[in-house]
Amino acid sequence: MAKVLMKGNEAIGEAAIRAGCLNYFAYPITPQSEVAEYLVRRLPEVGGVFLQGESEVAVGYMIFGAAGAGVRVFTTSSSPGISLMSEAISYIAAAQCPAVFVNIMRGGPGLGGILPSQADYLQATKGIGHGDCRLLVMAPASVQEAVEMVMKAFPLAEKYRNPVMILGDGLIGQMMEPVEFPDQLKTEPSNKDAWATNGMDHRKSKTRNLVKSLFLDPVQLNDNNLALKAKYDRMRAEEVMSESYNTDGDYKGLIVSYGTMSRVCRTAIDMLKTEGIDVGMIRPQTVFPFPEKAVAEAAMKPSCMHVLSIEMSMGQMIEDVERSVKGRIPVSWYGKCGGDIPTPEEVIDVVRERIA
Amino acid sequence: MGKTFKKPEALSDAHTHYCPGCTHGVIHRLVAETIDELGIRGRTVGIAPVGCAVLAYNYFNCDFQEAAHGRAPAMATGIKRVRPDLMVFTYQGDGDLASIGMGEIIHAANRGEKFTTIFVNNAIYGMTGGQMAPTTMPDQRTSTSPFGRKVEEVGMPIKMAELLAALQTPAYISRQTVIKPKYITKAKKAIKQAFTYQLENKCFSLVEVVSTCPTNWGMTPVQAVEWTEKTLLAYYQPGDYKVPA
Amino acid sequence: MAYQHNIEKDRCKGCGLCITVCPKNVLEISPDVNAKGYYPAYQARPEDCIHCTMCCIMCPDVAVTITETEEPIA
Repeated sequence: MAKVLMKGNEAIGEAAIRAGCLNYFAYPITPQSEVAEYLVRRLPEVGGVFLQGESEVAVGYMIFGAAGAGVRVFTTSSSPGISLMSEAISYIAAAQCPAVFVNIMRGGPGLGGILPSQADYLQATKGIGHGDCRLLVMAPASVQEAVEMVMKAFPLAEKYRNPVMILGDGLIGQMMEPVEFPDQLKTEPSNKDAWATNGMDHRKSKTRNLVKSLFLDPVQLNDNNLALKAKYDRMRAEEVMSESYNTDGDYKGLIVSYGTMSRVCRTAIDMLKTEGIDVGMIRPQTVFPFPEKAVAEAAMKPSCMHVLSIEMSMGQMIEDVERSVKGRIPVSWYGKCGGDIPTPEEVIDVVRERIA
Repeated sequence: MGKTFKKPEALSDAHTHYCPGCTHGVIHRLVAETIDELGIRGRTVGIAPVGCAVLAYNYFNCDFQEAAHGRAPAMATGIKRVRPDLMVFTYQGDGDLASIGMGEIIHAANRGEKFTTIFVNNAIYGMTGGQMAPTTMPDQRTSTSPFGRKVEEVGMPIKMAELLAALQTPAYISRQTVIKPKYITKAKKAIKQAFTYQLENKCFSLVEVVSTCPTNWGMTPVQAVEWTEKTLLAYYQPGDYKVPA
Repeated sequence: MAYQHNIEKDRCKGCGLCITVCPKNVLEISPDVNAKGYYPAYQARPEDCIHCTMCCIMCPDVAVTITETEEPIA
C-alpha cells in the first residue's frame, strides 16, 4: 500500500474502515470534526452507517445500542464531548460490550480552548465514569501510529468486550503526515451470538440475549465487578506497550512523556546529546495499562538522578510516574496547558536545571 | 359463545414486580400479543428504561437491552441504524422519556428513526418513590410536590403526543389508555399499528399510554382507574395525533 | 364447546380490577390469602360466567385465562 499524505482526523476515520468498522455515530466538536466530514462521504462508499447525533450524550448511547447488537462501531470526540460520553462508557464497560472511543484532546477544563492538550489523562486512565470501570487507552504520537492504534483497538475491544480509547490531541488530529494503512488485523472468531442482541432467529441457541448493567443483588453486582477486574488485570499483564529512547547507555535524567509531547522531548534529547548531556525517555504507548515496569527499570539506572514527567497538562501522568519510581529518586513535572506546545529549548532548560 | 384467552408467547412466565393494579402489566401484554401476532419475536429487540419498567426485560421472551435513564431512543437509533432488519422498540416511563430523555425522543422522532416507542404516562416517578414528573397534573400531590404541583412555580404538565405531533417528519403518534377493557382494545390496535408501520419500514411510531400508579397516587387500584378517567384523560385526551400519509 | 375460566391464585395480586369489569358480577375477593400475601380474586358465582374475557383483558398480571375443554357440557 503506497504512503498517503493525510490529515490525522481523516486518517483515523479511514483506519476504522480498514479495521472493518463501518458504523460511526458522532457529534461535531473542534478540533476533530473532520473525522465526521470525511466519513459522511466515505462510509456510504463501503455500505457503512453514518449518523450525526443530537448530542454527545445521545451518541454515547447510539454506540452502546449498536455495540450491544454485536457490530463494530466507533465514535470520535474531544474532551468536553468525552465528558458527556463518560456515563455511556461506564454502562458499556459494565454490560461488557466492545466499542472504540477516540478523544482528540483540547485544552480544558470547561470550554477551555481548541488547541492541543493532554489534560484528559486522569479522566481516560482513572476516572472515565462511575463505578469500577476502566478503559484500555492507547496514546499515539503520530498520524501513522494513530492509524495503527485505531486498527488495533477493534480486536482489543472484542478481546476484552470492553470500550477502548485512543487518546490523541488536536495536533495529531489536525496535522498531515505520510500514512501507510496496514492490512486489517486478524481477529479471534467472536462469540457475539452468546451475548449480542442480534436477533434470536439466526442464533442456534434460540435463547434470548440481554445486554444490561443492573444487578440489584449485591452478590451478583460484586461478581460482575470481579469479572471486569479480571479483564483489567489481564490488560495489565498482556497489553502494556511503551517505547524507550536513548536509554541504552548512562543518563542523568529520565523523561517520561507520551503523544505529541514525547516528540518534542525526543528533539530536546537529541540536542542535549550533541552537548554531551545524556537524557533517556520512556514513551508510554498505552497509558492504561501504564508501563510501570519500564519506567521503574529506566529510573533504576545508577546514573539516573531525576525523573521528569513532561506533559501538556498541569501534571497528571506524574502520579503514575511517581507510583512507578516509588520514591527511589526525585520525580517532577513540567508542562504547559493553554495550547502552546513546549519547545525543545524549553524542555532543554528545564532538564538542565532539574539534573544540575 | 365465549372465547379463550391465554398468555402471549412473547411474555415470560415471571411474576411481575409491579404493584397490584398497576397497568404496566396490561401494556406489557399488549406489546407481547403484538409481537406474537406479527410473528417477529425472533428478530425483536426491546429496550428497557430506568424506572419501574427497568425490569421489563424479565417479562419479555425476546432480546433486550437496558438503557441508561432517558437514553433508550438513542440506543434504539444505534441498533436500528446498524441492523434495520431487527424490530426495535423502547418501553419508557414519563420520567424517563419526558424529563431526562426529552432530547433523545424529540430528535429520534424528528430524524424519523424507524423504531417504535411505548411511552407509559402515569403522571409520576414510580420506582424512585412517587416524585413529581413533567406529566404530573396541576395540584397533584407527589413526594416532591407535597402541597400539589404549583403551575406558577414549575409550569404545566407536558403533553408529549401533541409535542411530538408538531414535528414535521412523518410519524405515527397516538395516545391511548388501558384503564378499562374498552380502552385496552383501542390501545392494542394502536400498538399493533405502530409496530406495523415499523414492519413496513414506514416511519417513527410512538404510543403514549396513560397508565395508573395506585401506590404512589395513594389510591386503591379501582380509585386510580376512576381518577385517571376523570382527571388524567380530560387533560391527556386519547386519539391519533399524527398519522403518516 | 365448553370453556374453563381459571384464575391463577398465586399470580393474582388482589387488585380487584377484574371484579369491576365483569358484566355478570361473577368475581369477588377471596377471604383466603395467597402465597404472596394477597387476597386473590375468585369466581364467587362461576355458573354466571359467560367467558367473555373482560376480566382477562383487564388483568394486569395475566392471572386470568380461559381455556377450551374437550367434553361438551351435557
